[in-house]
Amino acid sequence: MIGIEHYLVVSSILFVLGVLGIFLNRKNVIIILMAIELILLSVNLNLVAFSAFLHDLVGQVFAMFVLTVAAGEAAIGLAILVIYFRGRGTIAVDDVNRMKG
Amino acid sequence: MIQVFAFYLFATLCIFSGAVTILARNPVHSVLWLILAFFNAAGLMVLVGAEFIAMLLVIVYVGAVAVLFLFVVMMLDIDFAELRAGFIRNFPLGLALAVVLFVELFVGLVVHGKGGVALGKADGSAPQAAGMSNIEAIGALLYSRYLFLFEAAGIVLLVAMIGAIVLTHRQRTDTRGQNIAKQNARRPDEATINLQPEVGKGVQI
Repeated sequence: MIGIEHYLVVSSILFVLGVLGIFLNRKNVIIILMAIELILLSVNLNLVAFSAFLHDLVGQVFAMFVLTVAAGEAAIGLAILVIYFRGRGTIAVDDVNRMKG
Repeated sequence: MIQVFAFYLFATLCIFSGAVTILARNPVHSVLWLILAFFNAAGLMVLVGAEFIAMLLVIVYVGAVAVLFLFVVMMLDIDFAELRAGFIRNFPLGLALAVVLFVELFVGLVVHGKGGVALGKADGSAPQAAGMSNIEAIGALLYSRYLFLFEAAGIVLLVAMIGAIVLTHRQRTDTRGQNIAKQNARRPDEATINLQPEVGKGVQI
């Protein structure tokens, strides 16, 4: 029988994969953004699973807001990527030191 | 039993495609595997009866975000002619993939229609949807109690849109565009000149 635990296992594996993706592809910022999307997907999966578990729709409403923020984040991130590529001619982000931070 | 099968199908495919997303060498392949991961996560959500979020996931991610990723990936780095060359050849594969993705969501819906997956017992005293479909209940909640949050989400999207436009917009000076005012201000006597050059000499304009 499938319970809340199975969903939590799946979403935690996805979360770990997302974090691993950030670490494995430190140069390619596009893959990093995709890994962040994977992390947000696992969060959404968690929210929906608990919403179904507790018979509470607020979790799904919240998942919708997470989705909204994820879409905005992807748009802004890709816009920054485009202007970075325009200025540098590359998207290797492992040696970004333009702002001397 | 079919619930268990559907869950493990979606979960396995979701995790596998998530893994390939972060391991693929070609960013285009990464985006396509990410789409598959989102489809399978949508299947998992359909399985517990959250159809609205599942459809939103498919529409927003596959329809907007993944296409945006593909657009940027192809615009920046990838050899476009090489991608274009295999377009006709890869079309049957793409069609088959689309059918597979649709059938997966269909399987989830059918399984939910046969009773769905019961995720244990509820132990909270939280409000629940009584006798309404998932989309109806979320709509009733979203347009009443969470109306201002809903509008705030709209503002977030608006700011993101304006931000993306402002970031990527630029005035190019190295391109030659049409100057309509200059064209309209042009008169015949200044547009043509009469010259009588000597034989063997060029014309200075």
